[in-house]
Amino acid sequence: MNAVFALSNVVIKELYRRKDFYVLFILTVLITLVMASASLFNDDKIVRYLKEICLLLIWISALAMALGTASRQIPAERENRTIFPLLAKPVTRWHVVLGKFLGCWLACGLALVVFYVFLGLVSASREHTWPVLNYFQAFWLQWIFLAVVIAIVLWGSIIFAAPSSNATICLVFVLGILIVGRYLNQIALQQSEPMRSIIYGIYFIIPHLEFFDVRDLVVHDRGLVGWGACVLVTLYGAAYTLFFLFATWLSFRRKALN
Amino acid sequence: MNGILEIKDLRVEYPSRGIGEPVKLALKGLNLSVREGEVFGFLGPNGAGKTTTMNVLLGFVNATSGAAYLFGVDVKEPIARQRIGYLPELTYYYKFLTAEELLRFYARIFGIPRGETERRIDNLLKLVELEHARKRPIKTYSKGMQQRVGLAQALINNPDLLILDEPTSGLDPIGRMKVREIIQRLKNEGKTIFFSSHELGEVETVCDRVGILYQGELKVEGRVSDLIQKYQTNLEQIFLQIIGYAQPVNS
Ligand SMILES: Nc1ncnc2c1ncn2[C@@H]1O[C@H](COP(=O)(O)OP(=O)(O)OP(=O)(O)O)[C@@H](O)[C@H]1O
Ligand SMILES: [Mg+2]
Repeated sequence: MNAVFALSNVVIKELYRRKDFYVLFILTVLITLVMASASLFNDDKIVRYLKEICLLLIWISALAMALGTASRQIPAERENRTIFPLLAKPVTRWHVVLGKFLGCWLACGLALVVFYVFLGLVSASREHTWPVLNYFQAFWLQWIFLAVVIAIVLWGSIIFAAPSSNATICLVFVLGILIVGRYLNQIALQQSEPMRSIIYGIYFIIPHLEFFDVRDLVVHDRGLVGWGACVLVTLYGAAYTLFFLFATWLSFRRKALN
Repeated sequence: MNGILEIKDLRVEYPSRGIGEPVKLALKGLNLSVREGEVFGFLGPNGAGKTTTMNVLLGFVNATSGAAYLFGVDVKEPIARQRIGYLPELTYYYKFLTAEELLRFYARIFGIPRGETERRIDNLLKLVELEHARKRPIKTYSKGMQQRVGLAQALINNPDLLILDEPTSGLDPIGRMKVREIIQRLKNEGKTIFFSSHELGEVETVCDRVGILYQGELKVEGRVSDLIQKYQTNLEQIFLQIIGYAQPVNS
């Protein structure tokens, strides 16, 4: 486990030495503040609107960070050939996959905390309430969502050569699931065989990432998700994450490195 | 199994890059054994297969057939690499880290305790004369400095066997002399060193035994003094003769 923690530590170090996160955070802050200054009347609708925009920006920024960092990790190790002195140590490729995953995930988690604290401050300044548990649930579920996404992107980074094309493909895949994933069963019903079975199959195989998106509940103050449901969704996300990490390792295991 | 490093009938083919292109046979049944405490010089012209051999020992490249062992453990097992130090052919380090951060990272992989790590880092940076630059990112280092970071990282786990791929390439004469001194010192500490080089004069002074690889085959192997005795000339002439560039002196 030493190796895994050491690796994740380096991933986090690299991230905070780059500018990406700061730029995304400042942009989110700026856009939200501009929106906030437009709402002079402290209208209930406008607060909602503000929260909605802020959460959307958080989702976009976090997704961009996850895609950007995870798609770069293993290709950069191979391109800069840092993988050679690394694997010359008693480190297995499973350690590498796990360490890279953990580093990206923890880094995204830290960024998310900063984003959600900001969201809390913005909405508290308007509503004078602190729905901490709601924010915590939204944060937690989004963090699990990012775990699945990072694992997918890591797998992609072994299969597709260029980080940019991998990030684009993964982005389309994730957005596709977020947008149409939940409707696939209804779409299937409108088809005739064999399309119906195929679409049903896809519906049951894909990770339903929309489960992790509780933005509506936060925006409309609809209360909490049941904790039992939270645990189930967490386990669901963990299972997919493990599956994709395992797939990453399988693809990476026998890969010649030069 | 008597050697620390054993290579048996090792054959490595690189797959062809395109249709119609033949597979590249980089090693053709290599046999080699390095004994404890000796300095072994691995020689051969460019493209002979030296780096390929080391890549197999480190598990980067899979053997097509044959096998290799470090300390009696098959190189396919990561644990075979617990007691070795490796210096790659070119400098490949995380450029955004400083020298001490890099060494700390590798020390952690080996599970070396904190206090011990700091002590070793101080000693190693002193050894390779990088104390003044220890808090600077590696991307600001000159090539020679990067090469010396490489040597320091290869020694972080206090290894019993060192695998060095052209440790003196790209260094100035003083740098080369320093590396030679370090190798000598490590040898006196009882470490086994397996290294490749194109500097035959240097090899002649520090090596106990040498092997000359040519087109994936080991052409000559033996003690430096024995070879000089046998061929009646220096190592450079022997080398040229073996790869067919010079007439035998006594023919
Ligand atoms: N990834 C690869 N794919 C195909 N052929 C390769 C690959 N790597 C090396 N080779 C070939 O294998 C042979 C041996 O290469 P290797 O790098 O082991 O030589 P070397 O002895 O280290 O040479 P040098 O002194 O130049 O470092 C060369 O003919 C090289 O072209
Ligand atoms: Mg080489």
